[in-house]
Amino acid sequence: MFISMNWISDFVDLSGLDKMDLIAKFSLSTAEVENDIFHKGEDLSGVVVAEIKSVEEHPESKKLHLLKVDAGDGKLTDVVCGAPNVRVGMKTAFAKVGAQIGDITIAPRPLAGFDSFGMCCSEKEIGISDNNDGIMDILEDVANGTDIKDLYEIDDIIFEVDNKSLTNRPDLWGHYGIAREFATIAKRPLKELPTIDLSQYDNLEKIDLKIEDELCQRYSSIKVENVEKNVAPMNMRIRLYYCGMRGINLLTDLTNYLMLEMGQPMHAFDSRKVGKIRIKRFDKPFTFTTLDGVERNIDENTLMICNDNTPVAIAGIMGGLDSEIVDDTTTLTLESATFNAASIRKSAVRLAHRTDASARYEKSLDPEMTTVAIARFMKLLLEIDPGVKVVSALTDEYAFHYPKVALDFDKAFVDKYTGIQITNEHIVDTLTALGFGVTQDGDNFHVDVPSYRATKDISLKADIIEEITRIYGYDNFELSTTTAPLYPVRMAEDKNVEDRIKDILVKRFRIHEVHSYVWQYADEYKKLGMEVEDNIKLANSTNPNIETLRNSIIPTQLCQVNYNTGYATDFGIFEVGHVVEGIKADGLCDEKKKLCITLFSKTKSLETLYLELRDMIAEVVDDIRHKPLTYKKLEAKHSYEHPKNLNAIVLDETVIGKLGVAHPLVSKKIDKKASIVFAEIDIESLANIVAEPIKYVEPSKYPSIEVDLSFVAEKFSEINDTIKESAESILRKVGVADIYNDGNSKSITVRLLFGDDERTLTHEEVQTVVDKIIEKLKTKGINLKA
Amino acid sequence: MIDIISELSTKFETELSNIKNSEELENIRVSYLGKKGSVTAAMKEMGKLSVEEKKEFGQKINILKNSVADKIAAKKEELAALELQREIDKVPEFDISLPEQFDQGSYHPITLVQRQCETIFKSMGFTVEDYSEVVTDYECFESVNIPKYHPARDMQDTYYLENGQLLKSQTTAAQNAIYKKYRKQLIEDGTPIKAIFPGRCFRNEATDACHENTFFQMEGVMVGKDISISNLIYFMKTMLSEVFRRDIKVRLRPGFFPFVEPGFELDINCLNCGGKGCPSCKHSGWLELCPCGMVHPKVLEEGGIDPEKYTGFAFGLGLTRLAMMKYGIKDIRDLNSGNLNSLAQFTDDEQ
Repeated sequence: MFISMNWISDFVDLSGLDKMDLIAKFSLSTAEVENDIFHKGEDLSGVVVAEIKSVEEHPESKKLHLLKVDAGDGKLTDVVCGAPNVRVGMKTAFAKVGAQIGDITIAPRPLAGFDSFGMCCSEKEIGISDNNDGIMDILEDVANGTDIKDLYEIDDIIFEVDNKSLTNRPDLWGHYGIAREFATIAKRPLKELPTIDLSQYDNLEKIDLKIEDELCQRYSSIKVENVEKNVAPMNMRIRLYYCGMRGINLLTDLTNYLMLEMGQPMHAFDSRKVGKIRIKRFDKPFTFTTLDGVERNIDENTLMICNDNTPVAIAGIMGGLDSEIVDDTTTLTLESATFNAASIRKSAVRLAHRTDASARYEKSLDPEMTTVAIARFMKLLLEIDPGVKVVSALTDEYAFHYPKVALDFDKAFVDKYTGIQITNEHIVDTLTALGFGVTQDGDNFHVDVPSYRATKDISLKADIIEEITRIYGYDNFELSTTTAPLYPVRMAEDKNVEDRIKDILVKRFRIHEVHSYVWQYADEYKKLGMEVEDNIKLANSTNPNIETLRNSIIPTQLCQVNYNTGYATDFGIFEVGHVVEGIKADGLCDEKKKLCITLFSKTKSLETLYLELRDMIAEVVDDIRHKPLTYKKLEAKHSYEHPKNLNAIVLDETVIGKLGVAHPLVSKKIDKKASIVFAEIDIESLANIVAEPIKYVEPSKYPSIEVDLSFVAEKFSEINDTIKESAESILRKVGVADIYNDGNSKSITVRLLFGDDERTLTHEEVQTVVDKIIEKLKTKGINLKA
Repeated sequence: MIDIISELSTKFETELSNIKNSEELENIRVSYLGKKGSVTAAMKEMGKLSVEEKKEFGQKINILKNSVADKIAAKKEELAALELQREIDKVPEFDISLPEQFDQGSYHPITLVQRQCETIFKSMGFTVEDYSEVVTDYECFESVNIPKYHPARDMQDTYYLENGQLLKSQTTAAQNAIYKKYRKQLIEDGTPIKAIFPGRCFRNEATDACHENTFFQMEGVMVGKDISISNLIYFMKTMLSEVFRRDIKVRLRPGFFPFVEPGFELDINCLNCGGKGCPSCKHSGWLELCPCGMVHPKVLEEGGIDPEKYTGFAFGLGLTRLAMMKYGIKDIRDLNSGNLNSLAQFTDDEQ
């Protein structure tokens, strides 16, 4: 919203004060001011009122005229002018030689064979409207040579307040409310808004007006006749233009002016079209053409202003085309009303038509304003057009009253909340200046909140604190640290686990952390031949690609691997992210935090990479929980899982995740030759497993003996399980020294480590145990390699 | 016999001069001075000589023996030096100018920035809380003073789910649960609630270089007896000076956020120009950084905390924005892209 400092100055005397400084203070105390501040008229000088004394056609040009103008300097000046509306006796804005208009300095110059000593200007050329149809037609009776800036308020400072910072301040949607803030900041009095006394019309007939719907809070109206003037005064139009509105006609401009001045939207109906005002909703949808000529679909939730049963305006949003003020309108019925804020907001959204009026109504405007706005409107109208006749009494239906808000607090409360000492005097002065009724009894305060702050903004003591402190100035606060008892700070275990996992994966295994999205990207999945799996969906996604939440990070990561195939021949990525595994019994999403790792390699075999990932996870778990993992073969259920190589990861008999090879169809789409493996672990399941403490074992003082044995076997577990069954106390460790696979048969060389803490073992006793092991394996069909 | 000595001497000199390595030298030593060596053999022959001849021969052969031994020793040293040199010369001077080759792992930049913040907060006694991404309307809105039809709901285009839950649009969604988790401690022991809760947030909007539908925030709260606006400003200044590792000037402006009262927009002096004004602060000297404020009494009440007895402050930091500012990341979409060309650069950062 654009604010004019001239307009503000109507209501508070800011003379002698640095206006830019005040605007900066306003930004810190009230609402955010945008960076660009416009100094209107700054680049305009030397433009005066001049009278056209003679007009001659240019001999060769149809457009150009040769003028002699009187610019009040005792001589006639020759000007060549192309405007169509020149006439003798017309007063216009004349830029003399030496005048400054924007970047241009006016100099004598030849124009189509004639010398021109200055320029007659349009309103657009001097920056006070968009009108460029012809040169300015100055109707005021002023002496030639009068500086245009003395005639009109062209010099002004215009700043823009960020509308978002006004969402909770319905009182700041007009200049008068902003002026109240400036008055408070500048510690100058706020002038009363000039109005007329409407009670003088009380004996006239009332307008037939009835609120038939609870969504209308208050509806005030008055009827006037004999409007003769059609154009608003220049200064009024300049203000409207500077504040971003176009001049249309006197009555429309006046309603707009009132809205920008008081924040109260108003509407003027042609009285010929509106005689019996009813405010209501309709049972059935219908179409309605608004004054911008657009046909709109109105549903049964939209509040309408009607002439009996004929809708004439969408309440709080826009008037109708049929009842709008037209050029021959001389009798008008003025509307000044308030409506339920949420209803206006919803209607504006539904109609996809947000107007200056609806933007204000949805902030919860003060219903107390409606009649004041009419009194102000009439004051201005009668000044501009004294022939106007009021033909009705002020008709006012006031259906909904906001409760009055009064608050009690004491200085101790203010001190506690602010942490500084703010004087009682500052409290009283600030609140009084802002329009609060303040009663002070020592350190106790009773505050009556003004109606324009009580519609939703201020209802609690804490709200009063804001009023006091923002005017006090946050820059003036003395800063202090807190005093509080000490206590140990514990971190959530799954957060600890997450942090440690990240460190191990990055620092030890040198893989890369990535982030991704929580939904299944349909087109990305499709590229890799993966199905979007059924899961809970977004209810209002605007992108058909992102409808369904993911139930696993694995497919997300396969897509990310796919983008990165050119990054390196070998790489790994991981993420700690969230997935939703369907809906729980209570109807809420079953959200899980998962660690997902995917490895990609063009140099390693699938088996090597698969075991590398297995070891990586085993190492992570061993690091943070000091416990070994076991694995259980899983049946593949997802389009991206390899049917043969998929294992559950088991820790302390709990399945904490899974480990698998990418399905060849998916893998081939990413890279024809590369190996791709993945693992996904549930962070909470892992965090819930209690860590095994480190048990220190005194190293044996006696030498140990190593024995290597090669067996024909498919899997190490076949050998290992049997060896472990023998449970010989001197057997300390079973490892794998070598694996040989010639294509026909596979053999595994196991390395057995024997030792004892008390003595040196003899070769004979070790051999006895070895023989026993060989014998036992033989019974299971596992033989030594020939 | 005397002739033998001179013959031996001449032969030895010739052979010694042809020696190339210590092995050959050892062979010569054995062939002259060994048990069966020629000098030893000549000395054995001495017994056959007369006394006079013996005397002369004895002296000469001894001189020869000593001379051979000395020369072998000298040659040995000479050879050792040569061999050492050869050993040294065998290793060339390495090319230290070759490019370094190592492959580092990397953290996501958000993780780095988040950890830096967490470290600062932990050092000030804050707990770090984790929170879900799917939340209820109550958690995200109702409990933090944003009732239905509140205009603030317009500001945030929320992703709703079929079951009525939603993807949290702000980390504020965790506030209520945190108050309920720690209120007992606050009320019974007087220990203030000090918590931060970093997390992923979602907004239903079109993405471009500056807008993302998925981003990270970090919210913090401190609630206790007599927590004041003065404390809030002090705290924000101290905390942000730590985050940016320099003395930061802060400025508060009124800001409207339903969950705080009073609410503020906090600006810091522009990091680029220090406050003089430059293009990155639009010549204002200030950067709008984060919203903060005193926790709204209704929010405390909803969390089971009596606002007459306790007050507190809350703030929200845009972790995504911080990371972008810190590392000069221009396109926000790089963060969720999984593109290693961009992400693998974040190997680590001082904690």
